[in-house]
Amino acid sequence: MKREYVMGNGAIALGALAAGVNLVSGYPGTPSSEIIETIAKYPHDNVHVEWSVNEKAALEVAASAAYSGARTLVTMKQVGLNVASDPLMSLAYVGVKGGMVIVSADDPGPISSQTEQDTRAFADFARIPVFDPSSPEEAYQMIQDAFDYSEKYNTPVLFRPTTRVCHAYASIETKEDMCAKAYEGFVKDSKKWVIFPRLSFANHAMLEKRNVQLGDDFSSYRFNTVEGNKDNKKAVFASGISYAYAKEYLKDYPETKLCKIGTPHPFPEAFVVEALKGVEEIMCVEELSPYIEKELLRVIGKYQLNIKVYGKLTEHVPASGENNTNNVAKILSTFLGLPLSESMLDVTDAPKLPVRPPVLCAGCPHRASFYAVKQAMKGKRSYFCGDIGCYTLGNAMPLDMVDTCLCMGAGITMAQGFHWTDKEGKCFAFVGDSTFFASGMTGVVNAVYNEADMVLCVLDNSTTAMTGHQPHPGTGINMMGNVVDKVSIENVLRGIGVKTVVTVNPLDLEKAVETVKECAEQRGVKAIIFKSPCIAITKPNKSITINDKCINCKKCIREIGCPAIIVEDGKVCIDKNLCTGCGLCSKVCPVNAIGGECNE
Amino acid sequence: MNKDILICGVGGQGTVLASKLIASAAMQQGDTVHSAETIGMAQRGGSVTSHVRIGDRAFSPLIPNGGADVMLAFEPSEAVRNLNYLNKDGIVIVNSVPVKPTTESLQETGYDGTEMIGFLKKKCNTIVVDAEKLCEPFGSSRYFNVAILGVAVGTKKLGLSKEVVMAEIEARVPAKFIETNKQAFMAGYEIGDREKGE
Repeated sequence: MKREYVMGNGAIALGALAAGVNLVSGYPGTPSSEIIETIAKYPHDNVHVEWSVNEKAALEVAASAAYSGARTLVTMKQVGLNVASDPLMSLAYVGVKGGMVIVSADDPGPISSQTEQDTRAFADFARIPVFDPSSPEEAYQMIQDAFDYSEKYNTPVLFRPTTRVCHAYASIETKEDMCAKAYEGFVKDSKKWVIFPRLSFANHAMLEKRNVQLGDDFSSYRFNTVEGNKDNKKAVFASGISYAYAKEYLKDYPETKLCKIGTPHPFPEAFVVEALKGVEEIMCVEELSPYIEKELLRVIGKYQLNIKVYGKLTEHVPASGENNTNNVAKILSTFLGLPLSESMLDVTDAPKLPVRPPVLCAGCPHRASFYAVKQAMKGKRSYFCGDIGCYTLGNAMPLDMVDTCLCMGAGITMAQGFHWTDKEGKCFAFVGDSTFFASGMTGVVNAVYNEADMVLCVLDNSTTAMTGHQPHPGTGINMMGNVVDKVSIENVLRGIGVKTVVTVNPLDLEKAVETVKECAEQRGVKAIIFKSPCIAITKPNKSITINDKCINCKKCIREIGCPAIIVEDGKVCIDKNLCTGCGLCSKVCPVNAIGGECNE
Repeated sequence: MNKDILICGVGGQGTVLASKLIASAAMQQGDTVHSAETIGMAQRGGSVTSHVRIGDRAFSPLIPNGGADVMLAFEPSEAVRNLNYLNKDGIVIVNSVPVKPTTESLQETGYDGTEMIGFLKKKCNTIVVDAEKLCEPFGSSRYFNVAILGVAVGTKKLGLSKEVVMAEIEARVPAKFIETNKQAFMAGYEIGDREKGE
């Protein structure tokens, strides 16, 4: 045994390795990305690790490996589960042979996501089990259990940590030697592995029966727990990180009856019925959907118990957003009639705080790309469809260059919808290199086939920047540490049939603006690849200076909003700690006062 | 020992190293440690926090309101933003040099941090450190994370010994930066030792 201080995502990775995982696939997405990164960094003989092009691909790669008896781990964020839902729904019916755990990390808040969806509800929808860890330590143990249950019941299982579990650090006792499991290999059996309506009908019936058994099995599962005085008339139910918040408040009141649901689906009914004995009132604290609360109401109805249930549905717990130690303490203090700590300072008279919205980094090439398109399209009716990545931040003032953002890859297809409703407007789609491979390519085929007029702007910074610089098919590196052939975005586009494909450096502003103007005038699908690496993966060593010709007009600030251009004592100047020398501001200055060494 | 330490600042200021050093030093001393960091979109110039919880009685990864014994604030307004976490008897060690948000250049509000420092002093035990002045001998404000940690260790309120933290700096910082980091740490330590925040 050795101890390691790791992030929750690291604990999940180490737990999977301890369980003898053979194949790990996934697509980056906050808060899940570090799971695969940890596995790739850890010595892992006989374990295949990959960033797949998207979550659907990741799940399918894992599915056949699991048919072969291998243990597989698939990782994604909650919206990634939507992409993977097509194979998942069917796989739930077909089942697996080797243990398969799908980590879908939920993001209450949401802190960095499009939705506040709940993977527990998805598990119910897909009719498969889900595990809900409340801490990194528990996650390490629980993911090993998840593999065992998956194999015992031949079903894929979901595992859903939330941001605060994924990004919390704790000390984990790990195994010294982690051996990948031996597996039998694929045994052909078309009656089992080929999904047909007849098989689905039979397996659906089997699933429903099995889930009842699983619920019974979960009723004695070690992470479904009751603490405190069993005879209490009031009980607190909690799930996931909300359990940790409840425990934080209740640590001074250990007699309180506190029930943790570690397996929300199938609901551990027998366990809950036992826990409800003598209880008259329940407070249910959880995040996202009122999942446990509704299950409790169902059980209480089914057994005709006389118990009041409070939670999201009764507006005692917020319907949306994240919980925290403070709101949970307040909820529980009111419910239980216990005091609240009075150790907090009065901060109601605090001065007004500056706001710090996230912005594109100083020197980010996306800023130049957006600015070039903005300049080229001045005065023209245009539609700017954004996508998911750092470049969503192109929506901020003063750039204001993202009119829509919906989901991965949607910008490309949405630009087409704008074309069909306004044929004279100029329709642009901005997509990052990783997003292009993930779900952009089919949208381009759609545009070529249906003859839409649009300009595709691929913002190629040679990395998956927003989620922490993961490699992708265009980077020539994979997660097994191998140098591989780069998939060329230009060749892909030409292969699809895009006739105009121009690659331009966005920091060469004049040429970039010209290229955009030319492309916008042509009919059909045109593509501009704005190619310049992310400043976080290069080493910029140059810096811009502003000389005394500066007339303080602040055009540079108003036009491009770079965080390295600041005002000090009323004068515009450059923050040398931030400036990367991209030189974009020097091209905006009307009196040529900005210069120095530029990276071009 | 149970200690809650909140570290706050703006993305890119090096708060994560400070939190890692505290966590590993506490573990070297045999304590149980939990911590939590801001990761993701907010790192791009947004407000960031690290919650470090030392001791067995920490269940939530986040410190409750009024729970923090010590706050290391890398920026004046971020100290005020997170002051709800501080215990009435806690101490704030704050950098007086402001980081102006990008929006400030577009729309001047005159934010320079002084009003924030005044508010902190009025509300709680506060040690104000000028990061630029403190880090001048080391040639870069990048050493401030280790210097402010030095101040905190100097006050003796973290419950961590100078030697243990220095050993962690040696273990975690790239070789060519160790010496400067140790000097920055000691420069901070002397301030903390002298002021104690009383």
